[in-house]
Amino acid sequence: MKTAQGIARDVQSGESSATAELENSLSAIGARNEELNIFLYVDEAGARAAALSVDERVAKGENVGPLAGVPIAIKDNMCQTGIPTTCSSKILEGWRPPYNATVIDRLMACGAVPVGKTNLDEFAMGSSTENSAFGPTRNPLDPSRVPGGSSGGSAAAVAANMTPLALGSDTGGSIRQPAALCGLVGMKPSYGLVSRYGLIAFASSLDQIGPLSKTVTDAAMLLEAIAGHDPMDSTSLPEPSPSLVAHVNDGVAGKRVALVRELVEGADDDVVASVNRAVAALKDAGATIVELSIPEFRLGLSAYYLIAPAEASSNLARYDGVRFGLRVNGEDVAAMNEATRTAGFGAEVKRRIMLGTYALSAGYFDAYYGQALKVRTQMIDAFKRAYQQADLLIGATTPSVAFAFGSKTSDPMAMYLSDVFTIPTNLAGEAAISVPFGTGEAGLPVGVQLLGPGRSEAQLFAAARVLELAEGRP
Amino acid sequence: MTSPLRREDVAHVAKLARLSLTEAELDLFTEQLGQILEHANDMSTLNLEDVIPTAHPFGLVNVVRDDVVRPSLDRDVVLAMAPDAQDGRFAVPRIMGEAP
Repeated sequence: MKTAQGIARDVQSGESSATAELENSLSAIGARNEELNIFLYVDEAGARAAALSVDERVAKGENVGPLAGVPIAIKDNMCQTGIPTTCSSKILEGWRPPYNATVIDRLMACGAVPVGKTNLDEFAMGSSTENSAFGPTRNPLDPSRVPGGSSGGSAAAVAANMTPLALGSDTGGSIRQPAALCGLVGMKPSYGLVSRYGLIAFASSLDQIGPLSKTVTDAAMLLEAIAGHDPMDSTSLPEPSPSLVAHVNDGVAGKRVALVRELVEGADDDVVASVNRAVAALKDAGATIVELSIPEFRLGLSAYYLIAPAEASSNLARYDGVRFGLRVNGEDVAAMNEATRTAGFGAEVKRRIMLGTYALSAGYFDAYYGQALKVRTQMIDAFKRAYQQADLLIGATTPSVAFAFGSKTSDPMAMYLSDVFTIPTNLAGEAAISVPFGTGEAGLPVGVQLLGPGRSEAQLFAAARVLELAEGRP
Repeated sequence: MTSPLRREDVAHVAKLARLSLTEAELDLFTEQLGQILEHANDMSTLNLEDVIPTAHPFGLVNVVRDDVVRPSLDRDVVLAMAPDAQDGRFAVPRIMGEAP
């Protein structure tokens, strides 16, 4: 499959057309969607109309934008006007949003063609897409294994060559972990860089939309298109979208990169070997390597699994059967609320709502939620100290390559542990990227993670590009 | 390892969260939530008395805009997505009993 960069160039120059590129994408979806369960909804008519409009504008000599005619997959927790948006939950089945998320408007303004909505763990709670009410997504590289999650459908769409780009959202690793398991580039941008308007909330102080793609340059193009201040999101950073694509080839000469012990601790040997090779590749490219221990990272998982459920229990209170989605009738309002929520939510969502409700309840607030917020402060301070000694940090994205279906579903803690290396970045509101580097068990891809301070996206893309080149990818 | 979380705690929390659980679910969730809270005990031994809690990665400030009328969602479009609507409003089952 062509890169997004290649498609945009060819569509703008007239060598190809948005319509032709879209038909390629739709054929690839048609060939494998039934087997892999990636798209929950394919908007053929809307996408064809958008592609035609791009082609008409090219014919008139207009500059359509940096993503001219590029098909893109959208995680089904982002609103698109009139397009079913489910969060992979029965509680939103049949709901069609009356407005676009800001990211959708920005993509269309850049000439991109959204083709449909991808599967996820219900309300983005999970690391394998096995929590979807509409069945799991299969990993295109090995259909007996999970694609990761929660943005598993978006990652699988790109890995299966259905679209060159996809949008995911990352609350505790939900872009980077599936990127690693599917052999893709995936970035969690700094908190506030991308508008959350129209992203259905899971944990509002942690959620962030970001790109998934096969190449570093494509990810940079996508992030540059969607980033920048949005008055509709009061947590949106005040500045315009940063220049990213122009810095992709800046390299790492003179940069200090710290290998963090806690970001490889407990990882499989082949994953650790890939991280070590990546460190060597950065050194060869002129970076200075240091080793660091950040013990606070070990507390990330505990803090996250109180903070995120606490925020979720509040955010998901809106699913009460009154204004949208499912309603299961009861004799009065309270009975209707309870019947609706009981029928509409799956087990993992219920687990997290109850965990969050408990952590916030009288008598337990200080011991659980309050303590977790203090650990969050310590995490932020630990990152600040680390960034006095290094420009970027490096470690593994996940402890292992893609795992088999059912291997972690009966034990929530085992599933949560697959996010142990990605969670610290979300707690601190900073940026991190996963880039495929080498292979592990069964020849499956390994993801190496680069972490940087807030607004270090350009540096992260440049370092990821060094690794991409070291792997012999163009 | 004993869980500090009791079955009746889970039942109470489910009620607060407007979820009804079967007996089997109550058993399972008590065990699983207990394990997660047990893991969180690695934080309870820390002395963090002087640490300021962080609820948000940046210090949030109120964002205001000029008080001018802007287009908003169309009422009929929004109500068309509701499970039940009547006379331009959301309709719900009765909230109070019949008048005496």
